Amino acid sequence: MATPTTGPRQWHRFSVSERIMRSAFYLMALIAIVWSIRSIEIIPEFLYDAPQQTVDLFARMWPIDWAWYPKVVHAALLETLHTATLGTILAVIVASLVALMVARNITRSTLLNGIGHFILVATRSVHAMVWALFFVAVFGPGALAGTLAIAVHSIGFTGKFLSEAIEEAKPGPIEALTAAGASPLAILLKGYWPQVKPAFLAIAAFRWDINVRESAVLGLVGGGGLGMALDTAMSNLYWDQAGLVLLVIFVIVIAVEIVTAWIRGRII
Amino acid sequence: MDAAAGNSSATDRVSDRSLHIRNLRKEYRAGEPVLRDVSLTLDGRGLTAIIGPSGTGKSTLVRCINRLVEPTAGEIHFRGQDLVRLSGRELRLARRRIGMIFQEYNLVERLSVIENVLCGRLGYVPVWRAWLRKFTPTDIERAFELLDAVGLGGFATQRADQLSGGQRQRVGIARALMQEPDLLLADEPTSSLDPKTSVEIMELIARRADASDIPAIVNIHNVELARRYADRIIGMSKGEIVFDGPPDKLEDSHLLAIYGGEGWLE
Amino acid sequence: MSDVPLPARTRRDAFPPNWPARIGLALLALYVVYASTILDVTWARFLTGLEQGSRFLARMFPPNMAADKLALLYSGMSESLQIAIIATAIGVLLSLPLGLAAARNLAPPPLAWASRALIVAFRTFHPVIVAILFVKAVGFGALAGMLALVVASLGFLSKLVAEAVEEMSMKPVEAVRATGASFLAVVIMAVLPQVMARFIGFSAYQLDSNLRNSALVGLVGGGGIGATLFTAFQRFDYDFVLTIVLAIIAVVMVGEVVSGFMRRLFQ
Repeated sequence: MATPTTGPRQWHRFSVSERIMRSAFYLMALIAIVWSIRSIEIIPEFLYDAPQQTVDLFARMWPIDWAWYPKVVHAALLETLHTATLGTILAVIVASLVALMVARNITRSTLLNGIGHFILVATRSVHAMVWALFFVAVFGPGALAGTLAIAVHSIGFTGKFLSEAIEEAKPGPIEALTAAGASPLAILLKGYWPQVKPAFLAIAAFRWDINVRESAVLGLVGGGGLGMALDTAMSNLYWDQAGLVLLVIFVIVIAVEIVTAWIRGRII
Repeated sequence: MDAAAGNSSATDRVSDRSLHIRNLRKEYRAGEPVLRDVSLTLDGRGLTAIIGPSGTGKSTLVRCINRLVEPTAGEIHFRGQDLVRLSGRELRLARRRIGMIFQEYNLVERLSVIENVLCGRLGYVPVWRAWLRKFTPTDIERAFELLDAVGLGGFATQRADQLSGGQRQRVGIARALMQEPDLLLADEPTSSLDPKTSVEIMELIARRADASDIPAIVNIHNVELARRYADRIIGMSKGEIVFDGPPDKLEDSHLLAIYGGEGWLE
Repeated sequence: MSDVPLPARTRRDAFPPNWPARIGLALLALYVVYASTILDVTWARFLTGLEQGSRFLARMFPPNMAADKLALLYSGMSESLQIAIIATAIGVLLSLPLGLAAARNLAPPPLAWASRALIVAFRTFHPVIVAILFVKAVGFGALAGMLALVVASLGFLSKLVAEAVEEMSMKPVEAVRATGASFLAVVIMAVLPQVMARFIGFSAYQLDSNLRNSALVGLVGGGGIGATLFTAFQRFDYDFVLTIVLAIIAVVMVGEVVSGFMRRLFQ
């Protein structure tokens, strides 16, 4: 009556191949991290000193120079807001066109898809500030450079999300319209647009939110707005003025977040 | 009385599994008690069913026992401790001796069936075992055995969200039994199930509890199921106990007192 | 079925003009004109700029591949990579506890509010501004850049973790608590499985983002390729600028492949 026992049953969370892959990944991540830590030039004394220095810096910002606000900062704030808004609008227009080029259900040509894709990757890999450097060299310092930098950089993200939204559109209404003999423009307007609209508005609002943040710093390289005010203050070591600009940035970012959340609630 | 966490359950099993509830009171809003000074003694054997209309405090009563709901006042004595007074580590040690089955199964949907069952050991194993999912072979074998016992033999590696309601509840039962509990609590275990599956689940709970000699307290609103499977029925109405006795003593007049209204009685 | 034709007067328009949308669009167009004027964004300037720009692009091609420049590129990019990797690793590790501490359904209210306030503080400022502050505080170099990116990563990841935890179902949490599991075990077995898939996606995105931003923080003194880029601009080495930009794009693209891989592996 002795039945051969096979021992207690086993259970493993991951299959052998999964375990190998995961271990390989962890190993590579570990190597990358160790290499980074060993190669990076961090002077330990500076690291220990860091908290003290940070506190010191903030102490120098207080009390804040409120008088500077009406003189310089208010105009800079408006300039930043306009840069962000105008830049977003331009980006959305161009990005829509590129998105149409990339979306596989609208453009069949792989070549055009590829070109569109490259445009999107290139524009978003290069940060707005780098674009700003370029546009400042071309157009001179000021809001024009800043606006174009924002616009070009935003094309990447906006286009990517828009193309995904377009690709997720249900084919049903499109088929119906095509069968009814609608022109391509009509299909776009009445077939795709209603489906894409909520995502479109959400992406535009989200991007505007981020662009306000970005616009505020473009001035550091000459793109106008609050960044330039900050740069001026810091070059002169007027920390109380710098503190003012930082505070204004803080307030405006929070305000824009609230507005975006409201827009999302009402319109989408 | 309890050895440190991580010891096997054999060293802290106690033969006396009786439960004494004294003057248990719960007010979710001040002045409106859901449980009005309920007192009850269960002698640690058999299946006790609590019946009564919704909102009458049955679920609150059951959940006060393992402190998922905090009592406003009262005492609950189990295995020599007042459960109401416990906190922190002692509470955890007490909870691992009490298994619970939930109305909506409360499984971790993204985990596999066997991982859900092994959750029953979390009160006994060190955290690193949970993190790495390296449970002992004994635990794993026991999990498989429990899955066989509840009729889910081949389902160990399936994701919990791929199972039907009845199957999920079986996993819930296996998880509770995995704790090797001294007491089994069930909060409306069949309310989300169809009639046939409800019978199967009650059958399973009754049989497994009997097989391991674990007292069970089942909160249920199906009177027929209560009559069929319970050794003792407790009827509650408006936060108080209005009936307490074996199923054959449960008369229509009692049901009227518990549920009120005429129309639903045959 | 009646075929009495309806009098034209009472026939309703099937597609009434969408007045709110039309007004909105009109306002938008007006705004564009207004803002352009304020910012001095005129067509004339744009055209002059285009001419300038094309001269620029001519100077950028072909990208400079000289050996000494490539060496500069390599050391700069390596430093940026190191900054990005360490910052992401620290950010990922710390964002889980911080995000959990900020979740109102798990953490006690004072802790939750304090954590949320901290996260908001981290998120509000652009990594570049944070980098400037750190440069002033700890000096030029990779440390400042890395700290800035850690702050940015924490701000982003912790917020998303907190949101994911607040949206999850509490039922499995209740059940696992009832088994006598410690808080950590409850988190591991009931919270993380619900949140992990999204967390991996966020982490992959954050790695991506840090790779992009690491090139940036150098612009303000935080080490890495940004400094090299800035110098190249100032020296009018535009062909080298192109090399650097192409290198950045290439690294970001590789980073996207890696994070896509990571996502598929762990989800």
